Amino acid sequence: MTDAPAAGPAAADAATADAAAEPALHCTDLTYSFGDTRAVDGLNLEVAQGEVFGLLGPNGAGKTTAIRAITTLLPVPAGKISVFGLDCARKRMQVRRLLGYVPQQLSADSGLTGRENVELFARVFDVPRSERRDRVDEALTAVDLTEAAGRLAGTYSGGMVRRLELAQALVSAPRLLILDEPTIGLDPLARASVWDCIAQVRAGTGMTVLVTTHYMDEADEHCHRLALMHRGRIQAMGAPGELRAELAAQLGVDPDRVSLEDVFRHHAGAGLTGADRPDEGGDFRDVRRTRSAARLR
Amino acid sequence: MLARVGAMCTVELQKLRHDRTELYTRAIQPALWLLIFGETFTRIHAIPTGGIPYLDYLAPGIIAQSAMFIAIFYGIMIIWERDSGVLTKLLVTPTPRAALVTGKAFAAGVKSVIQALVVVVIAAVLGVSLTWNPLRLLGVAVIVVLGSAFFSCLSMTIAGIVLTRDRLMGIGQAITMPLFFGSNALYPVAVMPGWLQAISKANPLSYEVDALRGLLLGIHAHLGLDFGVLAFSAALGVTAASLLLGRLAK
Ligand SMILES: Nc1ncnc2c1ncn2[C@@H]1O[C@H](COP(=O)(O)OP(=O)(O)O)[C@@H](O)[C@H]1O
Ligand SMILES: [Mg+2]
Repeated sequence: MTDAPAAGPAAADAATADAAAEPALHCTDLTYSFGDTRAVDGLNLEVAQGEVFGLLGPNGAGKTTAIRAITTLLPVPAGKISVFGLDCARKRMQVRRLLGYVPQQLSADSGLTGRENVELFARVFDVPRSERRDRVDEALTAVDLTEAAGRLAGTYSGGMVRRLELAQALVSAPRLLILDEPTIGLDPLARASVWDCIAQVRAGTGMTVLVTTHYMDEADEHCHRLALMHRGRIQAMGAPGELRAELAAQLGVDPDRVSLEDVFRHHAGAGLTGADRPDEGGDFRDVRRTRSAARLR
Repeated sequence: MLARVGAMCTVELQKLRHDRTELYTRAIQPALWLLIFGETFTRIHAIPTGGIPYLDYLAPGIIAQSAMFIAIFYGIMIIWERDSGVLTKLLVTPTPRAALVTGKAFAAGVKSVIQALVVVVIAAVLGVSLTWNPLRLLGVAVIVVLGSAFFSCLSMTIAGIVLTRDRLMGIGQAITMPLFFGSNALYPVAVMPGWLQAISKANPLSYEVDALRGLLLGIHAHLGLDFGVLAFSAALGVTAASLLLGRLAK
């Protein structure tokens, strides 16, 4: 189950790059604990180049911890994670050069203007001085912040900060863009505009995207492939359509009547509602709330 | 590495340009020290200064003090940057931890030099006869940068140990007072009890003040030793803070 299958059909045509090429990301039996809490528990994952891969799961599933291990923020033994064939433990600096990272938290420097925020990242990624201005402009244009670029980031709305962070991550032209809950806490319009930006950039560059979310509707719509994560483990993996069709066939119902949430509940079982471990964060209520909000729209 | 350090300094100056209130509010305390404490003790003649007016003697001490206060704040700032996610993002760039720390340390230095300039002007207004020799002033800038680099790294090192803002605030206050009073900033080491003299000898602030007095007032100082101690402390500080920076990301 947790063995990465060959890329699904959607991913196959998205991965225009050399099929024999290295995967963009490879995790082998990745485990990480905070004290007694096993946040990530034997994660196996392979993301093909050019794919938009969604790591999906309720709060506390271990998504952020997995992301922080991949981004070299958490110490992980060698041989566990490789990015474009580079080992995250051994080739830290080289791996970081390939990554664009937007953390879960809104995190632009409020004391700097939008442009200065992006410029800083152009500088620390060694974008040559002669290209810097153009690259910063490009990144700001890509996220539609050209007009607001001269204002302090402290005056931005949540959606604008998120787009600014995308610009910061994009200015170094990363090969793997890692977004941790990029739309959390944003209103529906801002959420849509963040996804638009991601789609546009991907269309332009074909960059690989690893995104975590607990919004099932977004994952269904925007990801080529998904891994459903629960309690640090991957419960199911595949293209959203495949996952739904699989369950529909099993239950003998019409695939349209099966939602990703149903798939998730099927694979995660009773643990999903937290009924067996009521004190844990693995609660799916807010996902349901999001879904009903999405339907109301 | 140098480019990274430059980038961190640029950011600091950009922030200062957007919000100058800090520059103004930080000028108040040294002005009050010089005006109230300095003027009063000049009249009392209680402190042996080796023949120079007490206000003159005090001015370099206050420059060092205000620079230290700016630098000590960097630990709180780095925890704030951790909590707000800014630091986390920088740690995922190809920037060595030492470059990040050195950048912050230099930024503290640059801010302190601006502060030192303000205090020099205030002191001059109060009638202190300081040097205007550009070479000596350059020396002052170098000493202030080194001193601030050390104190900002000390503060970031403690931040890397205690990890939370509340604990750091408590410790920050607990160490700045003894650092200040356990130095030659207000009075010569010779008037201190023996145990305090020993502390003062281990306190980089004393070396910073000594060098600043030598450079600004033209009195006898151990410039070579001062410079050596400050450069060594700064290097040690950068190393310690870099080693502990990763703890803040976990
Ligand atoms: N810094 C930390 N210290 C201790 N426990 C943590 C820390 N970060 C996360 N955890 C725990 O690890 C588990 C997974 O958390 P996380 O990776 O943030 O999940 P998600 O991003 O899927 O919501 C949770 O039980 C959480 O409480
Ligand atoms: Mg998370």
